[in-house]
Amino acid sequence: MVNVKVEFLGGLDVIFEKQRTHKLSVPSKDGDEVSVGTLIDYIVENMIKNTSDKDVFIENNTVRPGILTLINDTDWELEGEKDYILEDGDIVSFTSTLHGG
Amino acid sequence: MSSGDVPAEILDELAALKAENFSLKQKLNEQVQLPMSLEEFKRYGRQMIVKETGGVDGQMKLRRSKVLVIGAGGLGSPCLPYLAGAGVGQIGIVDNDVVETSNLHRQVLHDSEKVGMLKCESAKEVLSRLNPHVKIDTYPVRLDYSNAFRIFRSYDIVLDCTDTPLTRYLISDVAVNLGMTVVSASGLATEGQLAVLNFKNVGPCYRCFYPVPPPPNSVSSCQEGGVVGPCIGLVGVMMAVETLKIILDIYTLDNFQPFLMQYSGFPLQSLRTFKMRGRQKTCKACGESRIITKDAIERGHVNYEAFCGKRNYNVCLPHERISVEEFHDSYVASDEQNPILLDVRPHHHYNISHLPNTFNLTVKELRDMEGDISQLKSEIPTISGDSEVLVMCRYGNDSQQATRILKDNFNLSNVRDVQGGFFKYIDEVNPKLPKY
Repeated sequence: MVNVKVEFLGGLDVIFEKQRTHKLSVPSKDGDEVSVGTLIDYIVENMIKNTSDKDVFIENNTVRPGILTLINDTDWELEGEKDYILEDGDIVSFTSTLHGG
Repeated sequence: MSSGDVPAEILDELAALKAENFSLKQKLNEQVQLPMSLEEFKRYGRQMIVKETGGVDGQMKLRRSKVLVIGAGGLGSPCLPYLAGAGVGQIGIVDNDVVETSNLHRQVLHDSEKVGMLKCESAKEVLSRLNPHVKIDTYPVRLDYSNAFRIFRSYDIVLDCTDTPLTRYLISDVAVNLGMTVVSASGLATEGQLAVLNFKNVGPCYRCFYPVPPPPNSVSSCQEGGVVGPCIGLVGVMMAVETLKIILDIYTLDNFQPFLMQYSGFPLQSLRTFKMRGRQKTCKACGESRIITKDAIERGHVNYEAFCGKRNYNVCLPHERISVEEFHDSYVASDEQNPILLDVRPHHHYNISHLPNTFNLTVKELRDMEGDISQLKSEIPTISGDSEVLVMCRYGNDSQQATRILKDNFNLSNVRDVQGGFFKYIDEVNPKLPKY
């Protein structure tokens, strides 16, 4: 179990009842550690109310192209992506890329 | 004649003239050595005395710099005057759009009298008045693979103020091939994003951040998603700040760290700076085995349309659609038939203006009912399997999706899409209704 804050930015909050930040207690799947991959599964299974909205967030079993994932304000690519082990107090942000100008 | 014959007063005058001549020559020399005119000293004084700008040397860097701005819309129009005002020597503006009334709430560089004029020409007029020392080039063309290199070549920094993933990839790819730094920004509704890409040909490019384009259905434009003027304006102004810092060498190869700034205007304004990945070895444009070369782009081998994809709106057959004229004659202006009129625009659009006796349910709301007719009945009590239903939206795209859902998920037999939507109805039948 780990306590983290999750944010949905760039309009992604639409599929999370228009709430941008959520405090979560994420249970571990096997053992003590909770990875970002587990957090993503948790979000898909528990927080997206509408099945049809899942495609907005997830594609091919990972975060959809066009959504950046940040762990404590750092690109998850620098932190091990799905394998990053979450700690209490971590902030994970998902932001949809904007294209308007 | 000997010198003794010259009157002393003449000699005195001669000496005085010589001295005056000497001091004038000196003054002239001093002026020649000035790096810019006295007027420019005055004009740029307030920024030159900010220590970080590097004073006169910094000002010279600005004057020597050549900046290409692609898009003179929501981002470009607040950015451009600050670049011109700061004394960037040469500014190129690429935009083939004309000014429309619906642009003016955010594209404040233009004005009501410029409606119908090319945005790049409108911008040039304002900027030339703001600072006549700046050379301004206009390109009233749509940027594409065949003209990009020719246009980019004359500049050293590119500002991406465009509004589609396709041009964002193209700008980044061309800039990488020419070794140019890109200041890239975007905005929608109340949010904005900004990044410096391919910094000094070493930093990550757009493809490093986004190797796979987003599905076309997830891309929203300002026309569709709306945009709050000062929110996108702020991001445009931030682009000007980044551009000046690049020119003034505030960022160096030693201190530059890839970043993405995320601005939110509502409910409380906030600006976050995310630390981003560096250049990716696997990147097709700037990585170790580059596929997206100048040659490949110019020959049209990089298919941006196929890569970014297009939305497929046309999901209704001809007999599932009705023209706005027929819609008006048979239903709006006639009492004989009483179909159910369903407007599927977002509720806040519907509240701006709508036709009488219509129901308002969005495509998402319909989809979320998952074909359950009892849920639909709770919103539209008279509806049943054989009801005649006519569906409209803003432009006639969402209404086709909704028609499909009503026919395929709810098994309604008699549903038709009003072709071209509410706006076409306004244009062709009733121009007295408010269009937004």
